[in-house]
Amino acid sequence: MTATEPTTSDEVQYRPHRAWYRRTDVVVPLILVALGYTMLIVAVEEKSFFRTRLTAKGSENFDWMYFWHLVPLMWQGLQVLAKATVLGFTIAAVLGLLLALGRRSGNRFVRWPFVAFIEFIRSTPLLVQLFFAQAYVRASDSLSWSPITILVVVLGIHYATYCSEAYRAGINSVPPGQWEAATALNLGSTTKWLRVILPQAIPNVLPSLGNFLVAAFKDAPLGFIVGVPELLFFANTVRGSDFRPTEPYILAGVGFLLVSIPAAWAVRRLERKIAYERT
Amino acid sequence: MDSWLLDSSQYELIWEGALVTLQILAYSFLLGLALSLVVGVARLSSRQWVRGVAFAYVEVARGISSIVLLFVIAIAVPILFEIEQQSLILLASIALGINMGGYGAEIVRGSIQAVPKGQTEATIALNLSPTQRLRHVILPQAMRLILPPMGNLTIEILKGTALVSLIGVTDIMQATRLINQQRLFTQSAADLTVLYVNVLLIYFLLSQIIAVLFRLAERRVESRYRGGDAEVPAAPSAPIPGVTK
Repeated sequence: MTATEPTTSDEVQYRPHRAWYRRTDVVVPLILVALGYTMLIVAVEEKSFFRTRLTAKGSENFDWMYFWHLVPLMWQGLQVLAKATVLGFTIAAVLGLLLALGRRSGNRFVRWPFVAFIEFIRSTPLLVQLFFAQAYVRASDSLSWSPITILVVVLGIHYATYCSEAYRAGINSVPPGQWEAATALNLGSTTKWLRVILPQAIPNVLPSLGNFLVAAFKDAPLGFIVGVPELLFFANTVRGSDFRPTEPYILAGVGFLLVSIPAAWAVRRLERKIAYERT
Repeated sequence: MDSWLLDSSQYELIWEGALVTLQILAYSFLLGLALSLVVGVARLSSRQWVRGVAFAYVEVARGISSIVLLFVIAIAVPILFEIEQQSLILLASIALGINMGGYGAEIVRGSIQAVPKGQTEATIALNLSPTQRLRHVILPQAMRLILPPMGNLTIEILKGTALVSLIGVTDIMQATRLINQQRLFTQSAADLTVLYVNVLLIYFLLSQIIAVLFRLAERRVESRYRGGDAEVPAAPSAPIPGVTK
């Protein structure tokens, strides 16, 4: 593809089209994300002990020395939290697409179970779902999942239903002309979905998927009820052993904001970048 | 696992819990609604410090997890400031309300911005005060856009109320755990799944009720927006000079 006419000054500058794997602005973040992902999964292990080596002054309500002393322990919990979120969201992103496709099915006996499933999971609390999963795993003989697996799977299914709504909106936003063109070109349904519809739908969906990733990160602390040693587990443990609730809980809140606000900011930037590229 | 139902005494316990859940939902909804209206308007204020404060509030309320916020407000803050933990229900509602306010403020802001600019200009031309402008012109029109996402948000808050069991309020979830403790000695773990399925269904029912209520409210607002036949004054019979059809 070559530019035949010179562009006028107020037109968008011509950018040579390159495959996505040759664009540095796509490949560099991808590699970084993949690296971080593997590091998170391989390097983080769930240690379930949070022992403090310092006692707070009992007379004060808030002891700064003790507060700073807790930071490494908080970091340990935060890593486990990040690991559970990332793994769970991987399930959610894939399963969500399948749910969205199932919901679009032409056969109503396929469509209705999907709709019912999505609506049911979406409108019941994650907390109850976690308890249910734990009870289910305990009751069954064949399943023996560790706490973090339960959290990852439940979080994944819960957010898959949210993601499926986002995918659905993205697929519906592909102009009808594209569908008609695919039909006119006699493309098979696999080719149509993989080469025409999804490549146009996914970029629209990315920002809302990012928002759901942040939301999943905010729901992941619930894992402590099934015994995942993460942020809130850390706060509870320290509270139980040192009888000092103030510092660990406030530290948990601060540690949380340190991750979620930059993440939300990054999502907003992505949103703006995609909106810019599409105009 | 022979039956999918619980016996009546257990449903009674859950019903008592459901009343507490609904109470917390009502309190936090009212607080959240008030906060989201105030903060949502404040985010569009012409004064910079007002905007800054509102922005900081929204970022914190949306950035922090509702469960962490719940623990901070119900446990850490009362000890820090030496307040008596008088009512856990109230503290839990405050935490959930703050959380809802952060999301609601963004909904309100977006909806106000979506009201056509001409409306604001018209009210300025009509010499309405800023309060009148908001109360009679902008908010009623923004309400159409506010309601659908607000319904979703309320369902999210209903789901959030399940968390208050973790700080010791006897809501549905806590009642369930009580039942759980009673049965563990007598029955198998398979019954637990039955118990939780029941609870899941109750939450599903509650959220469907909320969805229906919001749909009714939406229809009402929509018909008001379209104009009822009773409230609209009769059209002038003679054409107004200067106005072309």
